[in-house]
Amino acid sequence: MSTLTALHTLSPKELASDQEIRWCPGCGDYSILAQMKKALAGLDIPREKFVFISGIGCSSRFPYYMNTYGFHTIHGRAPAIATGVKLARPDLSVWVITGDGDGLSIGGNHLIHAIRRNMDLKIILFNNEIYGLTKGQYSPTSRIGTRTKSSPLGSIDTPLRPISLALGADATFVARTIDIDIHHLTETLKRAAAHKGTAFVEVYQNCKIFNDGVFEYATDKSVKADHVLPLQHGRPLVFGKDQNKGIRLHGLNPEVVDLGNGIAKDDLLVHDEKADEPSLAYLLSRMVHPEFPECIGVFRAVERPTYEHVLNHQMEETIASRGAGKLEDLFASDETWIVE
Amino acid sequence: MTVANLSTPRSHSPIPVEEVTEATIRLAGDSGDGMQLAGTQFMQTSAMLGNDISTLPDFPAEIRAPAGTLAGVSGFQIHFSSTEIHTPGDQLNTLVAMNPAALKSNLKDLEPGGILIVNADAFAAGDLHKAGYSVNPLQDDSLKGYRLFAVSITKLNREAVSELKLSTREADRCKNFFALGLVYWLYERSLEPTLKWIQSKFAKNPSVREANARALKAGYNYGDTTEAMPVHYRVSKAAIAPGRYRKITGNEALAIGLVAASKQANLPLVYSTYPITPASDILHQLAELKRYGVRTLQAEDEIAAIGAAIGASFAGALGVTGTSGPGICLKSEAIGLAVMTELPLVIVDVQRGGPSTGLPTKTEQADLLQAMFGRNGECPACILAPCSPSDCFHIAFEAVRLAVGFMTPVFVLSDGYLANGAEPWPIPDPAKLPQIPVRFAQAHVGGNGTSNGNGETVFHPYERDARLVRPWAVPGTPGLEHRIGGLEKEDVTGNVSYDPANHEHMIRTRAQKIANIANDIPELSVVGPAEGDVLVLGWGGTYGSIVTACQRAQRKGLKVAHAHLRYLNPMPRNTGEVLKRYRKVLIPELNGGQLRMLIRATHLIDAIGLNKIQGKPFLVGEIEAKIAEVLKY
Repeated sequence: MSTLTALHTLSPKELASDQEIRWCPGCGDYSILAQMKKALAGLDIPREKFVFISGIGCSSRFPYYMNTYGFHTIHGRAPAIATGVKLARPDLSVWVITGDGDGLSIGGNHLIHAIRRNMDLKIILFNNEIYGLTKGQYSPTSRIGTRTKSSPLGSIDTPLRPISLALGADATFVARTIDIDIHHLTETLKRAAAHKGTAFVEVYQNCKIFNDGVFEYATDKSVKADHVLPLQHGRPLVFGKDQNKGIRLHGLNPEVVDLGNGIAKDDLLVHDEKADEPSLAYLLSRMVHPEFPECIGVFRAVERPTYEHVLNHQMEETIASRGAGKLEDLFASDETWIVE
Repeated sequence: MTVANLSTPRSHSPIPVEEVTEATIRLAGDSGDGMQLAGTQFMQTSAMLGNDISTLPDFPAEIRAPAGTLAGVSGFQIHFSSTEIHTPGDQLNTLVAMNPAALKSNLKDLEPGGILIVNADAFAAGDLHKAGYSVNPLQDDSLKGYRLFAVSITKLNREAVSELKLSTREADRCKNFFALGLVYWLYERSLEPTLKWIQSKFAKNPSVREANARALKAGYNYGDTTEAMPVHYRVSKAAIAPGRYRKITGNEALAIGLVAASKQANLPLVYSTYPITPASDILHQLAELKRYGVRTLQAEDEIAAIGAAIGASFAGALGVTGTSGPGICLKSEAIGLAVMTELPLVIVDVQRGGPSTGLPTKTEQADLLQAMFGRNGECPACILAPCSPSDCFHIAFEAVRLAVGFMTPVFVLSDGYLANGAEPWPIPDPAKLPQIPVRFAQAHVGGNGTSNGNGETVFHPYERDARLVRPWAVPGTPGLEHRIGGLEKEDVTGNVSYDPANHEHMIRTRAQKIANIANDIPELSVVGPAEGDVLVLGWGGTYGSIVTACQRAQRKGLKVAHAHLRYLNPMPRNTGEVLKRYRKVLIPELNGGQLRMLIRATHLIDAIGLNKIQGKPFLVGEIEAKIAEVLKY
């Protein structure tokens, strides 16, 4: 006999742990934490089903502040540990919280492999283009020329582009959002939660102490409309304060064009997040300020069976065809003989 | 199949049969010659005939080193006996060498006067040159100390299969079976098990099936009819306890033991690993066992492999990772995380020759101190070591019991010798296996927790029981939401804490928890006199050589005893007391003296080492000689 009880709707407050938050005042992480609680509260998933798994770094303290199951692991390895959680318990809603150093430098290998397997993980990468917890070294996403304690003459490494990397690893869901774009952030997290498979979300996150203002072009209300292009599925790529600019394809390259003077919306690239091939999404991921507006929103959202689904399917099939394994059969799985 | 069904083919020849209690043979050839396959067949047949057996496969790390070179030689040694045996044998009674390189690299192990069968067709100038012979050893006097039988194996084999119209290449691939057939005749083995195996193995390829069967029979008949050899041998059945048996290698036993333990603990097994010699066979075994509820993950690297195992354990499954020494190096930080978060985890280390890449296919016992200390901080874990191929089953089972019972990582230190070596295994009755109790924490049990600002009870993940074991609280359980991690924990609550006194308390608590395992494992038992002149203390895969050497010493009336540690951390609680009952303690190890260092440090006993670091197991004679030496001290 089963009893139906009305599902308790979580409030964001119930998702807050009793731990004192220790991020620096003004850190972008506060906003991400607040929007995460808001996004999860609306999901109809019971609190005990959420698991937050992180690596090392400022962002990776995140699980301590969520009143869910949480695991603050070791540097770069959160996707691997989350993979194990999901293998054991496909029913859980598993979130990986990582940063640009954690996810793209020391943990780059795990990130790409988790993505290519399409485990049903939500991977949120807080990108502040700097190492915060180790006090301000350049990171794998720092722009060339970034002056830090470890790059006093300016960094000379070509930065990784997280979205390009995720697309290169055949991610089924790829999105970008911004810490203080509260509504966009919440909606993006909800979309990630709804995706079945690895959802990769890059969040532009301001580090108040070591890299303050690095995303100002994308957050300053007076200029952001000209520097940010919110992607919408099926819609032409239009941006600008007056919605008078767009992105057109010129050969294999995107170009910024002004609407009017013979250029209409019909001439612009139309965003298709469900395209089979990620080529156009990749093109969009390569658009970088100041030459281009930077895209936010969902770059790609396609369906592919998850790793754990296929694995469990294999198990069910072999059990259906050969029966569930019994120890006596296993023990005798080689040639046997009897000594009398 | 029962032993009674196995008849030895009736010999038509007048060649006398000599009864011997035991024999050791080695089949050696190029790594493409199928020596491992032929050796496995000989082992299987001998086991089914009722002999006790022990094997030592020896193969190069390269899959196909240049044909005919010393680097490409692959060998398979089988010791079979009518009495109980524990080792693959020190010296060979018979050596089969399929080419000059195999002869050159194996001859030193053949006893004086031993039988040497060579493939005479493989001794052309080019073959000799590749093996570094300037003169054909079949034609000078260098082999006169042996009973040499130079047989045209290639030619005779081709003739045997000529009717089947195979290509020369295909025909030559059967020559290992010709050689095997000849050795079957030499030791009066039945062809039945191998013929049956050929039938099923090559069921879909009738010409290959027929060719291999003909080659096997032709080799046998060659021995039987040509009278080339003046004698052949009989090794009768051993007095083995009645029951149903199979042959088992260490890696097979580990895989089966893990599955059995997962069933008895009622936990799904998640085996997460990265391919590495000599541990990969465990993955191969388990990957086939999905219908037993086994999930395997071939991870992107060693770190991810253990990471996923830890994640699986956190989520309430049985997380296991397997590797060899180089993989343990990579996993060290994650092992520390599992120690800190006190999650159950089994870490299989099939040790091989190190350091670095070392000797991938050769055996060594040099990871003991790495397992003990190879992590940052004071980071204790439980360590077990199987002592024989079949003991891998029991140790795998025990590792799972202790991991879930004490919420701790448990190392299983197997080695390349155990992993690939085989012995008969009395198949256990699954109904008699003990249950492994697992108790997941439930909300509101035992009043664990304090109230938070929302009026909810906060679960305390580090509230311990009397043995200092913390609860296993699995995601998905309502009311137990909690956070764990690698930062130091506050006692009881598990919250992050930088408090100095708390840190020391937690370090000592974690150490004490591991020490408490000693109350839950058997005492160290001694075979031989309860006190006396020498205690030979071993651990892991050296068991067979040590036990045999000690038995021989005891038969001579010497006051020599043997104790073998299967639990290395913690050691059995009576270890110190046992050590003090003997005048001298001898510790043979396939390393520079790692257990000796621990014994000296822990018990202040001036133990004597016998240390061999050649990628090979101990010969019984080496240990016997050392015992004799120590007795003179």
